[in-house]
Amino acid sequence: MKLHEYQAKDLLRANGVKVPPGIAATTTADAVAAAQELGGNFWVVKAQVHAGGRGKGRFKEIENDDVLGRVLRGEADVPGKGGVQLCRSIDDVQAAASMMLGNTLVTKQTGSDGVTVKTVLVTTGADIEREIYAAVLLDRQKSQLVLMVSAEGGTEIEEVAEENPDAILKAHIDPATGLGDWQCRQLAFKLGLTGAAFKDACRLFKGLYKTYLAADCSMLEINPVIITSEGEVIALDAKVDIDDNAAFRQKDIAAIHDSGEMDPSEVEAAEYNLNFIKLDGNIGCMVNGAGLAMATMDIIKLYGGEPANFLDVGGGAKVDQVKAAFKIISADPNVQAVMVNIFGGIMKCDVIAEGVIAAVKDVGLELPLVVRLAGTNVELGKTLLEESGLPILTADSMADAAKKAVDATQGA
Amino acid sequence: MAVLVDNNTRLICQGITGGAGSFHCGQMMEYGTNLVGGVTPGKGGQTFNGSVPIFNTVEEAKSATDANASVIFVPPPFAADAICEAVDAGIQLIIVITEGIPANDMAKAWAYMQGKDVRMIGPNCPGIITPGQCKIGIMPGHIHTPGRVGVVSRSGTLTYEAVGQLSAVGLGQSTCIGIGGDPIIGTNHTDALKLFNEDPDTDAVIMIGEIGGSAEEEACAWAKDNMTKPVVGFIAGATAPPGRRMGHAGAIISGGQGTAEAKFQAMEAAGIHVVRSPSDMGTKMKEVLGL
Repeated sequence: MKLHEYQAKDLLRANGVKVPPGIAATTTADAVAAAQELGGNFWVVKAQVHAGGRGKGRFKEIENDDVLGRVLRGEADVPGKGGVQLCRSIDDVQAAASMMLGNTLVTKQTGSDGVTVKTVLVTTGADIEREIYAAVLLDRQKSQLVLMVSAEGGTEIEEVAEENPDAILKAHIDPATGLGDWQCRQLAFKLGLTGAAFKDACRLFKGLYKTYLAADCSMLEINPVIITSEGEVIALDAKVDIDDNAAFRQKDIAAIHDSGEMDPSEVEAAEYNLNFIKLDGNIGCMVNGAGLAMATMDIIKLYGGEPANFLDVGGGAKVDQVKAAFKIISADPNVQAVMVNIFGGIMKCDVIAEGVIAAVKDVGLELPLVVRLAGTNVELGKTLLEESGLPILTADSMADAAKKAVDATQGA
Repeated sequence: MAVLVDNNTRLICQGITGGAGSFHCGQMMEYGTNLVGGVTPGKGGQTFNGSVPIFNTVEEAKSATDANASVIFVPPPFAADAICEAVDAGIQLIIVITEGIPANDMAKAWAYMQGKDVRMIGPNCPGIITPGQCKIGIMPGHIHTPGRVGVVSRSGTLTYEAVGQLSAVGLGQSTCIGIGGDPIIGTNHTDALKLFNEDPDTDAVIMIGEIGGSAEEEACAWAKDNMTKPVVGFIAGATAPPGRRMGHAGAIISGGQGTAEAKFQAMEAAGIHVVRSPSDMGTKMKEVLGL
């Protein structure tokens, strides 16, 4: 569950992290009012979308395909204005907000479709003396949380890791003691901080860890953290991802989550407890189990097709879920064939076959359908499918099914 | 004895009276697993299936039954606590089936068990089975055949697929370990390979990985210098888009890390017999064993 920057900053503020004063706005008039309320003569208007690379992104309605192509390739010095704009006057704020709101921002991470900007964050401009990087995340290798900082703020951490790995400093956190003051001091000293900035950096580090736990984050990245000439240490940006497994106890966050950036088919799938991810291919697939679902996508590709989705219907593959899955898959105009791959374990293949038959009839599925069943009562299941009178192709193995599905798209 | 579980395993179940717990405990008993007790706080003194005693705490269950393994079906909000309870009671093997445990809870439970004599399998896993002897978890027992090939995998149904393929080509399994799809797990690929390498009843191993993290790469680095038995390997997720969580909480490519290609390459560099098609795991193993 990704949060917008303004939502993430609210969380950070509530947990003692300094962030620049800011107000979110959904209309240009509100953005102007926000700038006036914040006061001063220097503001930043920031598009609120989940994807990164906003500053270097460009608007689809404004730029030509050549410029957008350069954005997608991650080129430097692309002409035009992006999703983060510095404004020296109220007129600038108005121009920036009206350029962003309702338009489609394409960044390196959004793909060519881009994302519609519905909200902007107006913040006061900051007096930046130095930029650093800070993040809290799970180190999977050590099964521990780690506070990671780098002197190279503003640069993507992956880039730093590749070019200057020694610049990344880490403090692993024992959950029994939490992030120690000594660990914060250690990192702040290594970053060469002194005086007020040293103390404020330690406070920020503790605040980040507190936020991470309080909100059940799975990733919390501040790039950059800025140090002002007065020695204040402030989170200028915020990227926060919430652990989906903790949604049951993060109801306030779940309630503000903007699902508008998700593909509508993914939102619908979630209502039926289907694990669904939309892709761009021509063969829809429905599988039980996440690993087998990935493997099914892979084998479709091996036989020359392209998977149209990832879909795990869960171990049980219940009839109403199968129906919903067929509806969602067949609504995608790119899909030319559907491959079902179910390993019947506890749930027997004949029961699954009956479910598939009922779902095909109910949904009125017109696409070529290849069904591969394996496991308990597989022969009985196959017979039911073959004798159903429906145009269902059965397959004996994953390879056989993938081949038949790809053949079906080529005949189409 | 194959690895970790066999006829001598004395199992209790935490969450035995819940829907999934009671159903699968019935299945495990039917398979022949020695289920000696269950734990549900507040239901101590009752019995399950008319014969298995239920206790209020793991401590009581352990002292009354001398259990040496526990399988956990406790719902996600309470599962990490259940793990710590089992660790504290001195249970040596803890198999956590529960899917959806918050990662921060798991980080605490993981830290709690460090330095203690305990092995955890999972969470978010199908469990472990030594065919013909002991089944702990939710896998369909009857697709397995006793034999000499070990299987380790992060995924449930993909493990069944491998087992199905092995059985179809006439190869039985020594032990199959589903290590789970979460970012924090108790037993990883390296641990499993080590166990199989030392097991006199295992001749070869199928190792199934998936995108996300670097556990497969670490296992390959270990296998390169230490593994004396042939390994057939597959990685799921070559077509998975970056930045998306593919069903399993741990299956995500982030910042260019954890791709299937990197893992396939690590396998090849370690001398593992890679199959690019998940349909070829069984036949490849037969070929590698010269059968």
